[in-house]
Amino acid sequence: MQVILPRIGMVAAWRAEARRLAASGVPAEEVRWTVGDPAPDLFGETPGLRAGQAIELRLPREAVERIETALHHSDPERFARAYAIVLRLSQGRLRWGDRSDPALHRLLAQEKAVRRDIHKMHAFVRFREIGDPAAVRRAFAAWFEPAHPIAEAAAPFFAGRFGDMDWVIATPHLTARFEDGALNFSETQGKAPPPADATEDLWRTYFANIFNPARLMVSAMTSEMPRKYWKNLPEAELIPELIRTAPERAMAMQAAMPTEPPTRAAKLRPERPALPEGATLATMKPALDACRRCPIGGCATQGVAGEGPETARLMIVGEQPGDREDLEGRPFAGPAGQLFDAMAEEAGLDRAAAWVTNAVKHFKFTPRGKRRIHQRPDAGEVEACRWWLDLERKLVRPKAVLAMGATAAFSLTGNGRDIARRRGTVETLADGTPCLLTLHPAHLLRLPDPVLRAELQAKVTADLRLAAGLSA
Amino acid sequence: MSGGLEPAPRRTYDEHMVKRTLSEKLAILADAAKYDASCASSGGEKRSSKDGKGLGSSGGSGICHAYAPDGRCISLLKVLMTNFCIYDCAYCVNRASSRVERARFSVDEVVKLTIEFYRRNYIEGLFLSSGIIRSPDDTMADMVRIARTLRERENFRGYIHLKTIPDAAPELIEQAGIWADRLSINVELPTETALESLAPEKSSRTIRRAMADVRMRRDAARETSHRGKRPSRFAPAGQSTQMIVGADTATDSQILGQSATLYSAYRLGRVYYSAFSPIPDASKSLPLIRPPLMREHRLYQADWMMRFYGFEAAEIAPPAGMLDLEIDPKLAWALANRGQFPVAVNRAPREMLLRVPGFGPRSVDRILAARRHREVRYEDLVRIGCNLKNARPFISLPGWSPGALPDAAQLRARFASPPEQLSLF
Repeated sequence: MQVILPRIGMVAAWRAEARRLAASGVPAEEVRWTVGDPAPDLFGETPGLRAGQAIELRLPREAVERIETALHHSDPERFARAYAIVLRLSQGRLRWGDRSDPALHRLLAQEKAVRRDIHKMHAFVRFREIGDPAAVRRAFAAWFEPAHPIAEAAAPFFAGRFGDMDWVIATPHLTARFEDGALNFSETQGKAPPPADATEDLWRTYFANIFNPARLMVSAMTSEMPRKYWKNLPEAELIPELIRTAPERAMAMQAAMPTEPPTRAAKLRPERPALPEGATLATMKPALDACRRCPIGGCATQGVAGEGPETARLMIVGEQPGDREDLEGRPFAGPAGQLFDAMAEEAGLDRAAAWVTNAVKHFKFTPRGKRRIHQRPDAGEVEACRWWLDLERKLVRPKAVLAMGATAAFSLTGNGRDIARRRGTVETLADGTPCLLTLHPAHLLRLPDPVLRAELQAKVTADLRLAAGLSA
Repeated sequence: MSGGLEPAPRRTYDEHMVKRTLSEKLAILADAAKYDASCASSGGEKRSSKDGKGLGSSGGSGICHAYAPDGRCISLLKVLMTNFCIYDCAYCVNRASSRVERARFSVDEVVKLTIEFYRRNYIEGLFLSSGIIRSPDDTMADMVRIARTLRERENFRGYIHLKTIPDAAPELIEQAGIWADRLSINVELPTETALESLAPEKSSRTIRRAMADVRMRRDAARETSHRGKRPSRFAPAGQSTQMIVGADTATDSQILGQSATLYSAYRLGRVYYSAFSPIPDASKSLPLIRPPLMREHRLYQADWMMRFYGFEAAEIAPPAGMLDLEIDPKLAWALANRGQFPVAVNRAPREMLLRVPGFGPRSVDRILAARRHREVRYEDLVRIGCNLKNARPFISLPGWSPGALPDAAQLRARFASPPEQLSLF
């Protein structure tokens, strides 16, 4: 039996026919599909329809979408192939996605070709203005020649993009017309590219000047913009000349005498910000940012200095900035900082009255995809950075210091071992300042056992209470 | 041309001697913009003008509307607002001491070009960059004004990419992120020392601070507040950056290490690599070379391996620090790690399949899907779309066995094509 599909609404008609035929159990090999003027009795009882056992069509959504896309291919066999595949999928005789099946492999290849053709139509349609530029809805027209009959599949994109103007896109098969927000299709009456548009000169100017003659790569262009499209692209007429003159233009740039840098450029040679004479806590930041005493500064965003009142009686020293601290430029701003704030509040320790800082001022990490994984600074790095901590201690002159974690303990006391045993005890620094040791809040966050974590958190909170008393 | 002994005539932006036509300005300011590699217009917010009240759509994969004979895609109207510049970066065609023609667009001229090009389906939107005039803040404010006019007055819903000036005030960066889909800040050069010597006014510290600022604003714009109201969206298509390759002595491993740091620290969407290319009126401190296009290509492949194939930067570049120009870096890695091959296609985990030369993420997904139903055979791989010429020595499965792997030198020779003579210079 023969099924004639209309030129407009072809895919929808195929879908309706396929359902009807399957419901009558018509096997694939008995149907001949064509596109053309519909027979008058298309939806009536077709004589000779052999009634078999009804086949219920059950397909994954992805299969429906891709089969219908493939139906826009120009291959005359596409309808028969799609119907056969639909029946086999529904009857469990074919698995969707099985590329070892030649018919499905072919269909998927054609679907890919159609998608590419649609994409190229979205890219290479060139509108020309055909109405009054001052009109409320401006009017444009284009002529385009796709490889497959895709006008109906490609047009909705233009409706979503050019919603505030009227436009017509004529192709050799169908013409899409968008007027006052309604999209309609009709059969194309003869080839009629619209008259040229003055803006095309500006576009050609742009195309010629964005091209870099020193990077001529013609095959890279033609693989994405094949010559078959050129005749409807206003810019394409420039291509042969641009290619021809590229080598000499590049050569001329090379041959031209280079310009001497102006004398003022010498004056611009930047000095890395150094610590100014008589630097204060408020003016040390640029030099800290630029510090390269150890290599970790080169990877971080900035140096994170301590914060607090310059007359603080207590100095709290952590390990190093983390991801958040590195971005914000403030110490104890991330998850560990939040835990610290919660414990400090419980302990009655006023963070705002203390000088809060770190033993190491730059964030050390290893990049892993879109995350930075914290790396413990090594002894050399801690020693290099002690210079900054000493400067802070000299300027703040705290009555007492709280060292949180092994790195802070190492930097301040020269010994970073056995923190679990030493925590809660007060040691005396070389200049006589008392230094209380405790665990770092980040250590608590890493503990998997909630019981142990709660226990240690209580101990650290007690240490904070002690620190508050020590500096009172 | 003079021997370059006299100082170049320095003109500031307001000393226009000639009144230029729009077409002349476009020629100058497009020419000045072509050294920026990025032209992406994908991702970001889904918008359309189906309601008939505006122009444009965006979201999803971007479209390349044309290709220039350099093989680069033209997706956006990529122009400079002005090529007057008070900075003197040695690698840049627009540096203060260069004697190129100068021009400046008005806000309305950029808006008009964008809209008229967009209506004719030439472009996906605007990529606006600029030389620095008067001050970084003044320049950034003008760029923001252009983006805002497009959105507010023209109801433009297409794509906008603003090249952000790192020293501009945070309020201006905030505005830029409100109107634009993507913000980018160029790191310019792979190392801090190279930047200091070639771009004396720029500071890698300022650049990183600006990138950190963009990331924090993007993080904040994603969170829902306790009242359940979403805060204003900020640069929905993310941020990107560009590095010039071949103007300094940085090795490929330094470049990739820098990229890995930037991806992880600032969640960049892309790092672009731009082979240092001859420019008109080059600086004597940076003599022209043939643009290292193959090196640029290999760096993009290596970058791809980090983003989609699960490789770490340190694994990709060899100890000598430079990528092999003759074979692609994934193949080079497989040749250097032959102990891990052949991979049993029917049993290997996804991560290992992704490391097989000739297997891409899509073919790996198809292999995994097919594996759930039955054993995958060699013939299946052809239909799945694997590049078997590259994959063959590194896999084993029914229908194919690689036998003993030939030694590394032979294997490499099989893949490396004879050195290609580039036609230029």
